[in-house]
Amino acid sequence: MSVPLLDVENLTVTFPTASGPVDVVKGISFSLGRERLGIVGESGSGKSMTGRAILKLIRKPGRVTADEMVFDGIDLTAQSERDMRRLRGARISMVMQDPKFSLNPVMTVGEQIAEALVTHKKLPRRELRARVLSMLEAVRINEPERVAKLYPHEVSGGMGQRIMIAMMLIPEPDLLIADEPTSALDVSVQAQVLDIIDDLVTGKGMGLILISHDLNLVARYCDRILVMNSGEIVESCKAGDLHNATHPYTRGLIAAMPRMDEDREELPVLDHSAWTTGAGT
Amino acid sequence: MTQAAIELENLSISYGKTPVVHDVTFSVAEGESFALVGESGSGKSTILRAITGLAPDWTGRIAVLGAPRGHAPDRAFAKTCQMVFQDPYGSIHPRKTVDDCLAEPLAVHGIGGRDQRVRDMLAAVGLDQRFRFRFPHQLSGGQRQRVAIARALMLEPRVMLLDEPTSALDVSVQAEILNLLKKLRREQGLTYLMVTHNLPVVSFLCDRLAVMRHGRVVEIADAEALKTGRLADPYSRELYAASGGTLQPA
Ligand SMILES: Nc1ncnc2c1ncn2[C@@H]1O[C@H](COP(=O)(O)OP(=O)(O)O)[C@@H](O)[C@H]1O
Ligand SMILES: Nc1ncnc2c1ncn2[C@@H]1O[C@H](COP(=O)(O)OP(=O)(O)O)[C@@H](O)[C@H]1O
Ligand SMILES: [Mg+2]
Ligand SMILES: [Mg+2]
Repeated sequence: MSVPLLDVENLTVTFPTASGPVDVVKGISFSLGRERLGIVGESGSGKSMTGRAILKLIRKPGRVTADEMVFDGIDLTAQSERDMRRLRGARISMVMQDPKFSLNPVMTVGEQIAEALVTHKKLPRRELRARVLSMLEAVRINEPERVAKLYPHEVSGGMGQRIMIAMMLIPEPDLLIADEPTSALDVSVQAQVLDIIDDLVTGKGMGLILISHDLNLVARYCDRILVMNSGEIVESCKAGDLHNATHPYTRGLIAAMPRMDEDREELPVLDHSAWTTGAGT
Repeated sequence: MTQAAIELENLSISYGKTPVVHDVTFSVAEGESFALVGESGSGKSTILRAITGLAPDWTGRIAVLGAPRGHAPDRAFAKTCQMVFQDPYGSIHPRKTVDDCLAEPLAVHGIGGRDQRVRDMLAAVGLDQRFRFRFPHQLSGGQRQRVAIARALMLEPRVMLLDEPTSALDVSVQAEILNLLKKLRREQGLTYLMVTHNLPVVSFLCDRLAVMRHGRVVEIADAEALKTGRLADPYSRELYAASGGTLQPA
């Protein structure tokens, strides 16, 4: 196997609580090539903390330790905050759930996308404008000229999320971390947005970490899946092999989901005393 | 002939001058479980709100258990029909205990034997008695939704309006609440009108569904058509495919 794009060994995220420090991510290890990796689990299982830890975005009093966290030959654990700021956006990008919180309300869509690029790369004005418009087209926005002039509150949720994706991908990063990128959207819009992410990621040969609570969705859009529960990876498998999952937690989750052709009188429920979960985000 | 639990005839609903729901007609039989699905903003919640009197600007006809509805909330109606929301905080007060929350509707309607009724209802929704004097923030999301359902059932309504009752819950908790709703309906002969965006949930809990788009019903189908991928309207089929279903010729 070639050198992985991202290699994480024994990653732990700890928060102090009234009853002592709690590990919300408990020494997980995984690696990622230029492929699509899904991280799935119920709320509070540590998915977002894992994504944020890779970008060193865990705020105090949270603490991150890892034996190894290497991105494309760069030892992330050794990078200063300044170095990280150079990496974020340019080489590793993150899309979060709600564009409303991530877009700047007083800048037009076009200005924001342009800024996302010039922060990392100086370009002549005309070329910049052309890049912005072609990026808007790439996320399938009709009339990019018109949309570029709109403010975030003037666009729908689905369009807002596509604009976020445009911002995140215009610097052509090598790794995209998408944390519940479509959970706030309609089912039919969800599919459109994920198709766009998929096209761009696959087309440019990037790596993708898709974080979601939705097993079906992750199974459809990823090559490999990690199932997290209470800060641990309990299952790691190819997306296509999910139905052969072995861990009782994974099997329980799959069984608990209603199916399109449902005929069971009752859904099997998980024994929560066996898998305690906290309130996550 | 059995009467319909809910009848909507040429129902159009506005907020101020903005029309939101256009000319909707369907009826839900007593004991039936009927789903409203469709894109967000298509007017699903608005229909439930009009039925309960929370969206007063409507024309057409609304009747519940044979009785025509007026344009405002009325207290007696609460005994016939109750609503459960996606976010249980919409119906349970953050500073009141579970006990207060369940006893309150009884007090408002001057119904006695409250202590026993609260105990019984906690048991019916699968909540241990030790939760009775807890506050909402001391409960998990699933437990809070059980409390909201319990509260809605305190006045023994025959019709329940459910607005995305499991959308905020993890799948394992969703399964518990769906089982609970199914059991309550079976035991008490309840009628459900449920808004959801989750087609497999419809398949589990509902007999029929109406698909809405841009304020109109584009298709009414049996759950069977959903289970077999034979919805007819192009938008219904798009929704079905986006939900991971495998389309068959309509
Ligand atoms: N500031 C904090 N202090 C203590 N615990 C926290 C803090 N932030 C998050 N957590 C806990 O970390 C766990 C993992 O959270 P998260 O990664 O956001 O879960 P999710 O899988 O839902 O994304 C949760 O149990 C959450 O309660
Ligand atoms: N209180 C309100 N005042 C004005 N417009 C509203 C109000 N509530 C909802 N709307 C609008 O009515 C339309 C239908 O909303 P809603 O019934 O909530 O849709 P759904 O439940 O199908 O997502 C939307 O365009 C929404 O913005
Ligand atoms: Mg999260
Ligand atoms: Mg709604």
